[in-house]
Amino acid sequence: MGERQGRAFTFNGNFPAPLIKLKEGKEAIIKVINETNESTSIHWHGIRLPNKMDGVPGVVFPGIPPKSSFTYRFPVVQSGTYWYRSHTGLQEQLGHYGPLVIDPKYPEPFEYDRDYVIQLSDWTFEDPYKVLMHLKKWDGYYNYQKRTIQDLFNDIKTKGLEYTIKERLMWARMRMNPRDIADVTASTYIYLINGMTKEENPTFIFKPGEKIRLRFINSSATTYFDIRIPGLKMKVIQADGQNVQPVEVDEFRIAVAETYDVIVQPMENKAYTIFAETMDRSGYTRGTLAPKIGMEAPVPPRRPPSTRGMIAMGMHHKMQHHMNPMKYLCNCKPMQIPNSFGPDAAMVMKNPICRLNDPGVGFENVKHKVLTYADLKSIKPFEIRNPERQIDIHLTGNMERYIWKMYSYDGKDWSSEFHQLIKTKYKERVRLVFINHTMMDHPIHLHGMWMYLQNGNGEYSPRKHTINIKPAEKVCVEIDNDALGNWAFHCHILYHMHTGMFRVLQVC
Amino acid sequence: MLKKIIIISLSIIGLSIAENNEKYKFYPVKKMKPLYYGQFLFDRLEYNDKNNFDYEITSWYGGDYRRIWIELEGEHSFKNEEGNIERLDLLYGKLISPFWDIRGGIGYTSSYGNVSKDRTMAVIGLKGLAPYYFEIDTNFRLTSKGEIYGDFEAEYDLLLTQRLILQPRLDTKFSFSKIEEIGIGSGINNVKLSFRLRYEFKREFAPYIGFSYTKLLGVTKNSAEQAGKDTSYFNSLIGLRMWF
Repeated sequence: MGERQGRAFTFNGNFPAPLIKLKEGKEAIIKVINETNESTSIHWHGIRLPNKMDGVPGVVFPGIPPKSSFTYRFPVVQSGTYWYRSHTGLQEQLGHYGPLVIDPKYPEPFEYDRDYVIQLSDWTFEDPYKVLMHLKKWDGYYNYQKRTIQDLFNDIKTKGLEYTIKERLMWARMRMNPRDIADVTASTYIYLINGMTKEENPTFIFKPGEKIRLRFINSSATTYFDIRIPGLKMKVIQADGQNVQPVEVDEFRIAVAETYDVIVQPMENKAYTIFAETMDRSGYTRGTLAPKIGMEAPVPPRRPPSTRGMIAMGMHHKMQHHMNPMKYLCNCKPMQIPNSFGPDAAMVMKNPICRLNDPGVGFENVKHKVLTYADLKSIKPFEIRNPERQIDIHLTGNMERYIWKMYSYDGKDWSSEFHQLIKTKYKERVRLVFINHTMMDHPIHLHGMWMYLQNGNGEYSPRKHTINIKPAEKVCVEIDNDALGNWAFHCHILYHMHTGMFRVLQVC
Repeated sequence: MLKKIIIISLSIIGLSIAENNEKYKFYPVKKMKPLYYGQFLFDRLEYNDKNNFDYEITSWYGGDYRRIWIELEGEHSFKNEEGNIERLDLLYGKLISPFWDIRGGIGYTSSYGNVSKDRTMAVIGLKGLAPYYFEIDTNFRLTSKGEIYGDFEAEYDLLLTQRLILQPRLDTKFSFSKIEEIGIGSGINNVKLSFRLRYEFKREFAPYIGFSYTKLLGVTKNSAEQAGKDTSYFNSLIGLRMWF
């Protein structure tokens, strides 16, 4: 890792794991031989496959014990950019992930001359279990961007005394920290592109005028990246492996476990920096697009630390009048919001709002175009019908104890227990309403099936395997329940998943 | 006849259930293993200009909701080899709301040196984070002799920079009765206000400097006056805060 040496989980000696290429319409047969001394597994992220091939220990199979093997075998029914990873313990933080690209059976609705995979990830030399213990014992252990007395004086100068005091008191009363953006930050992390540090500067070659397809995969354990290529417009053509109507953007945020494919067309004979800044702005990584190896472009400076506005506490009525016109994005309502979730939740959002047209924290003062979920329109229409069932998913958290939960409510029963299945019927259309009662963004991933994001685009709703839910937000998705079995359903921030934000959706 | 019909229909239902189970034979989902962990926090290990050594150690072990706590707080004077253990508590705590633990158990207090006195007691209290980010620890104590007293501690962290932190702290002891033997008067006994400026080289390792101001009140003040001791005093101090 740069100059230092660490212990990683490798595949055939590679870090990250090698690129696996499959072809739509064929059958995949992958034999995994576990030569380590601990149990492991591979989960094929975003892939539709028979339940027992999904690779989640304790949910669909017992895992792959040490010194044994397991053969994954499934028909390949989709195409696009995906990835694979361990679903055992915290192995993912140790490098147990790799890119997966599936070539389509039929030609794609866009053209390109070159094709590169850009897999982003975060690496720490600490033992991942030690990282978890730090988070459990000391709130904000890795956060060296908290607001200090200096920020107080600056805020008084720029925002006025009254507003500053009111705002500080509001956060202090709630015992929340507006700079709590990422649990684990650059104070321990090194950020990587394809396993390489920003000093190693992975370089991707092009000839001026060529169209280059960049397949961005965020395989981080906890890090969200904001990606831009200064001087180039990016045309987003796929999200989570699915074709979308092209959108031209200057920057996009990639939540943990999402994938985005973009096409860029550099016309000049010069280098461009692929700049991936973390959402909390504590660190970055970069690569270079260049006509020749060795060429480099300037690296843009990092922006000041992101700070959550009052909207993250559900205080949108007073502060965010201009958000109202976008209400049409979501007409779904949670069935019930309790007054308290007990010690599991430090906050309960009584009025969650839709803000799929909001690019998120840190983009408040950005002038250029940033991708939002409202921009994603599928190419293929999806069949609109009334859902037969609604299930509310409440995301709750307690930062002091680092407790994270996913409460489900089906109109009758409340539960947050991992082993209490969320039961649905085969072929039934289910509406899931996510309500985020925490101050953190949560990338929610459903295994085995697509979630159709209700973003106001009707039958052109995009389908995704991972959906980011912003603080105090409600997001509505529909699923078709077209795959039988137990499907893991969890927050993709590794430490949130491991400490309780993990449920199982059963289709039977 | 009826019997036969019932038996047949029951067996058909049974068979169809069995068949259904066969059709939807999913891997049984197991419970997640709970995490257990613990911490030793040396909140104060400090030496002051009166040649006293003060300490406060908080340790716990358990899960997210239930924990066993051992807390030790006291002072030792190197000048005349005496001191007191203000509290040695063994407590069981339960998280009752996102920021508060209710704790109960047994406690012990003693002073040693020229005269040795001690008490064991039942303890019940609250520890947690109050609105506006005040760390609170307050306990009521019922001694084996039937006396009741209590203590209250509040701390606040003020970030001067990311690593330089100023911590004001308030300590007080109050009693519903006079407990002469262990030097506690009725009412509010004392108020101790202190400031510690620490530098976090690591989160786990932070040396500090500071000062404290103690004011004795009520009966405690009177008895100190009679003994010819100061009733209010400043101390400067140097110390270390660490945890693992």
